[in-house]
Amino acid sequence: MKRNCVLLLPIALVAVVSLAGCSRMRGDPKLDAAGTQNVPGAQSDIHVVSPVSSGQWLTPEGDLAGTRFSALDQINTGNVKGLHVVNEMTTGIPHGHEGGPLVVNSTMYVVTPYPNILIALDLSQPKGAVKWKFDPHADPRAVGIACCDVVNRGASYGDGKIVYTTLDDQTIAVDANSGKEVWRTKVGDPNLGETITSAPLIVKNHVYVGNAGGELGVRGKMVALDLSSGKEVWRAYNTGPDKDVLIGSDFKPFYPKDQGKDLGAATWPPDQWKLGGSTIWGWITYDPELNQIYYGTGNPGAWNPDLRPGDNKWSLSVIARDPDTGHAKWAYQFTPHDEWDYDEIMENIAVDMNWHGQPRKLLIHPARNGFVFVLDRQSGELLSAEIFEKSTNWASGYDLHTGLPHKVPEKATHQGKITENICPSSTGGKEFVPSSLSPRTGLLYIPAHNTCMNYQALQANYISGTPYLGASVKMFPGPGGFQGELVAWDVKNAKPAWSVKEEKFPVYSGVLSTAGDVVFYGTMDGWFKAIDARTGAPLWQYKTASGIVGNPMTFTGPDGKQYVAIYAGIGGWMGAVAFPSLSTDDPYAALGVVGAMKEIKNYSAPGGMLYVFGL
Amino acid sequence: MCSASRLLLAAGAVLSLATLQAADLRVCADPNNLPFSNRQQQGFDNQIAKLIAADLGKGVTYVWAPERGESFVRKTLLAKRCDVLMGIPSAYPEALASEPYYRSTYVFLWRRDRNLQVRSLNDPALHRLRIGVHVVSDDASNLPPAQALANRGMFRNMVSYSIYGDLSKPNPPAALIDAVARGNVDLAIVWGPLAGFFAQREAARMAMVPVSPQVDRPFLPFTFSISIGVRPTDKDLLKSINSALEHRRNEIRKILMSYGVPLLDADLRAGSRP
Repeated sequence: MKRNCVLLLPIALVAVVSLAGCSRMRGDPKLDAAGTQNVPGAQSDIHVVSPVSSGQWLTPEGDLAGTRFSALDQINTGNVKGLHVVNEMTTGIPHGHEGGPLVVNSTMYVVTPYPNILIALDLSQPKGAVKWKFDPHADPRAVGIACCDVVNRGASYGDGKIVYTTLDDQTIAVDANSGKEVWRTKVGDPNLGETITSAPLIVKNHVYVGNAGGELGVRGKMVALDLSSGKEVWRAYNTGPDKDVLIGSDFKPFYPKDQGKDLGAATWPPDQWKLGGSTIWGWITYDPELNQIYYGTGNPGAWNPDLRPGDNKWSLSVIARDPDTGHAKWAYQFTPHDEWDYDEIMENIAVDMNWHGQPRKLLIHPARNGFVFVLDRQSGELLSAEIFEKSTNWASGYDLHTGLPHKVPEKATHQGKITENICPSSTGGKEFVPSSLSPRTGLLYIPAHNTCMNYQALQANYISGTPYLGASVKMFPGPGGFQGELVAWDVKNAKPAWSVKEEKFPVYSGVLSTAGDVVFYGTMDGWFKAIDARTGAPLWQYKTASGIVGNPMTFTGPDGKQYVAIYAGIGGWMGAVAFPSLSTDDPYAALGVVGAMKEIKNYSAPGGMLYVFGL
Repeated sequence: MCSASRLLLAAGAVLSLATLQAADLRVCADPNNLPFSNRQQQGFDNQIAKLIAADLGKGVTYVWAPERGESFVRKTLLAKRCDVLMGIPSAYPEALASEPYYRSTYVFLWRRDRNLQVRSLNDPALHRLRIGVHVVSDDASNLPPAQALANRGMFRNMVSYSIYGDLSKPNPPAALIDAVARGNVDLAIVWGPLAGFFAQREAARMAMVPVSPQVDRPFLPFTFSISIGVRPTDKDLLKSINSALEHRRNEIRKILMSYGVPLLDADLRAGSRP
């Protein structure tokens, strides 16, 4: 019906009239409608818990459950080779373009890296003419504080507003039609080292925002704002006593290791939790039926594990909360006492699926620490934790009865101790870039890294004129002659089905899968690729002007045709090695990633671009 | 009379101004980080930079950048926004270091009225005290005092202060010294130049003792030589800076002493590096 509405109108009126008609018909799907459903062509026992994207793209992940799956199928395995650029635009900003655009009705919304300009493009005009630009005038002082490039991971749409965050800790709602500011709320303070790089999520009448800055000793927190006014509704910290973490009597973690009073303070040396990091700079997902939001937390502060004996809760955890009250329902810590900077802010995908023959409510978390975790999202029980990046060696596996990893003692890190060949490196078996789950194939498509690291000799360092000796971290490609990989993970059988190896660089882009059984992703040397969702066979690729660290998305244009969009623009933590200002002479620079990324300068220069492809 | 020549004059003025600015020594510095530097140029590194520049027949142009985290050097010196960084460790790998212009030490700092006698990290008295230390979060390592206490398992004694502090307040790292003066901690172990400068400013009388041992086990140095950093390719500039440091040695020493910087002189003369 949607698709046909344009075609029914006289050609001359298409541009003017059809949009209004189409918009009305498209409306906003009830993303938060409870009740699972089966996607056409899906495996019979796989049910999505929130409507998947089909035509519009309203959340950072396309839907609320984090599948990054689109029901659109005009572009399919048979015709994808005919894709060509229908629109391209430079943002003029030479920094990492993470995240991806939104499409609401006939408008596309792009958020740039700092200075965080919001650009609205009219898709009904030839070449998607700029409708308006919104400049938030973000505080430039935040630039000096951001750890790993001045990135932004996108916006969310709700109630006629585009809501996004700025590097200087503001959350801003902009009228989707007029481009006028509706409200802005300061949710953090750059003076304390806080920045915000993540995309907010909108559920019902709330906006959820997490902070970044775990490298500067800030305290991770989730803040809920009222969608109509921007007023703070609740705030929950990830470290500290239960009252700060919003843990009450309804908090029921599955494992004894996560049970007890005030663990956010008690699992640290006195007061260390005040500088305890555990920020939220990745993705938030939502299950309408259970009415729970899920998010992962980042590294504990300080990075040096010697200073914080204990589990250091709630770092490296997934936390389930009631979105209305903020109360924590359960939590599970993936890696107690982090020794490797394995942030777990990655996506937590909610889907209902048969597990060992029984229908279960799953939460799937492909982790930085190299394992795919499958949890029961109602109880927090760990159903499976299996290695998806073969080289992973910091732990040999997980005990499903205790929820604890079997750590490998030789891979422990201490200052002054040389620990060699730890896999994955701090950048992870995968980074924050989100995977995609296709209900049609039952496969999870993981953008993976095969990068390892050495904790090496001490070298001089300083901060604010204050010198010290710091351990140096050096990263390098893992074994096997490849550094990146798109892993198709068979969720039910907890093992890889197949993978596509990327020789030169880690896969540092998000993934999109579609009902056309096509999987899209990008590479750091600038190839945008389409592969067969069932076999991994290469179907199409296009060389963009800069490396890809953004997330692909797809939408239906006002003309009723399906399009695919991606940002190019190298940057971010690993991608920053492409910047001319960063010398590759020192393998320890950029928190150690230079050793793994030396070659990137030969393959990609910075420069932000939006590409839209059609048939 | 001819607008043409006036134009020329104006062009000449612009040109000479440009040449003058180009000739200035461009220094990247933190705008809020006494006793090292601030925007009002009241820090000892501000004074020493001026002295060095004068020796080279130059003025100083500042590029202000809050000094936070590893990317600082990349975003400033290596991005060619400036030519010089003051106050880097002499063995710092990302920059080319001059001969050291001072050598200092971490110190124990307490209020005199506490009547403490601490001299060594191994003093059993430390186990009964609340000890304030700076910590850093963005590295696989930490400042020596925090690490030394951690190595001894003294987590219950340690009170951590972020070395970054709150940028909206003056001199963010000074919060640790204030904590000693206010009695929030019994004692602090802090980098000498910070302790020496801020202790002078506190109303309470303070005691300051160099940390012993100078190198804690297994290999944790508490003394550091400090240099001026240039880009690894700027060898000529480095040579001029080194001779300026030699010419101005006495003046530099006078400046450092006036800021209360604890100096380890013998090592400096030897030009030794940690």
